[in-house]
Amino acid sequence: MTEIYMDHAATTPVRPEVLEAMMPYFSVEFGNASSIYSWGRRAHHGLDQARDTIAGLIGARPEEIVFTASGSEAANMALKGAAWGLRSKGNHIITTAVEHHAVLDSALWLEKNGFEVTFLPVDSEGRVSPEQVRDAIRPDTILVSVMHANNEVGTIQPIAEIGSVVKESGALFHTDAVQTMGVLDIDLSRLDIDLLSFSAHKFYGPKGVGALFVRKGVRLDPLVHGGAQERRRRAGTENVAGIVGMAKALELAVAEREVEVPRITKLRDQLIRGLREIPHTRVNGSLSERLPNNVSVCFEFIEGESLLLNLDMRGIAASSGSACTSGSLEPSHVLLAMGLSHEIAHGSLRLTLGRENTENDIEYVLNELPDIVHRLREMSPLYDK
Amino acid sequence: MYSEKVMDHFTNPRNVGELPDADGVGEVGNARCGDIMKLWIKVEDGRISDVKFKTFGCGAAIATSSIVTELAKGKTLDEAEQISNRAVAEALDGLPPIKMHCSNLAADALREAIADYRKKHNME
Ligand SMILES: Cc1ncc(COP(=O)(O)O)c(C=O)c1O
Ligand code: FES
Repeated sequence: MTEIYMDHAATTPVRPEVLEAMMPYFSVEFGNASSIYSWGRRAHHGLDQARDTIAGLIGARPEEIVFTASGSEAANMALKGAAWGLRSKGNHIITTAVEHHAVLDSALWLEKNGFEVTFLPVDSEGRVSPEQVRDAIRPDTILVSVMHANNEVGTIQPIAEIGSVVKESGALFHTDAVQTMGVLDIDLSRLDIDLLSFSAHKFYGPKGVGALFVRKGVRLDPLVHGGAQERRRRAGTENVAGIVGMAKALELAVAEREVEVPRITKLRDQLIRGLREIPHTRVNGSLSERLPNNVSVCFEFIEGESLLLNLDMRGIAASSGSACTSGSLEPSHVLLAMGLSHEIAHGSLRLTLGRENTENDIEYVLNELPDIVHRLREMSPLYDK
Repeated sequence: MYSEKVMDHFTNPRNVGELPDADGVGEVGNARCGDIMKLWIKVEDGRISDVKFKTFGCGAAIATSSIVTELAKGKTLDEAEQISNRAVAEALDGLPPIKMHCSNLAADALREAIADYRKKHNME
């Protein structure tokens, strides 16, 4: 049976080159990077090299990279660490209504613990403006967190401009770059960004490895206490194999970006064009400021989970922001924040492309989807031909 | 996550459609996730002789709608009214806990359709 994976915003497969780079660190070079004997030194060397590679690729210094066990942990560390670290300076935090739950729920937890949080609304394409940020900043604002690109609808935020606005105010600026690392150019030597989160499994690296860029001079309270790893900023014996894998994956992604991004953008646009031919279909997010691999649409009158089940039966893996798929039975907060009704959000479908996808895959999906949508609409009490 | 029976009824739902000359119609919305089910019944000699449904909802909602039409067909109104959401879930070899609320939708729509029939009937 045809099997087409189109959920690369959820996770990506580990590339063979990445796996190969990781392998020695599971067995031969298994040492604890903190140990002083040769095994430890060799593991430490692998760690150092990975740190140098990653820092070099994003315009950072090696000591500004703190490895974590996920993108979620990095984002938690950025928000909670900065908030607690700067408590004496103020207690106001600004973020947006469309952040990933790693940021959103960290902000809500801080709110519960005495901080004041402003959740900026977004426009119908999911964007916040630098002006909105400027207007929300107060003398007691200590941290602003705006994601680089949204994982559901692919909208890219003007983080360079927002960074400048935040810098003027003296607050810290965090951006969740989990969806953009390796995809968009990120040069931290030129951007006013103090904290930046990313995660290896979104760019063909292993799961359970993330990192937080912490600009020199920025003090964070650690989240994980214990050993002296990561310059006392994050305790825990390092996942050397995973970290080495992340570095290799990022190296490959950046090296191939110039070819891969235009290729995938073309496929994305072909898919969007095809889906728009289905009546009562709307495209979510921005058409210009959009992740090169993201396709997000809403089909009116139908529900996302039944759509996903039908796609799965035809070998297509995708995702939806429908309440019925969410576990909490709440529709996607991103789609609601963009002004979509609960009912429309129900029929949302996200297809996110990746390295393995080809034009044939796009054709296959465009061949199967109209039929599925039609079948489900025939069954829907809301659909009035 | 779904049983084979659920997938069967989801893939090949029984009795999809509308009954233009229905004797009773039930429409319910799901408070939990916002889904909607509409069910039409035809009654002959106090028994449900035909039943059709349309559902805007998840896989479990479609499957429970489908099985409830099978369970209801041929039953007297009193019998059909007794079909519980638990019975609906059991007829499908169970539902994941988070999907149990979807089975209410189907049983409720059936009861609404019966109530609608009775209301119209008494009014005649
Ligand atoms: C925008 C965004 N932030 C954070 C995360 C969390 O990353 P991780 O899965 O590594 O915890 C994800 C991925 O799910 C994401 O898409
Ligand atoms: S109808 Fe929404 S979860 Fe089943």
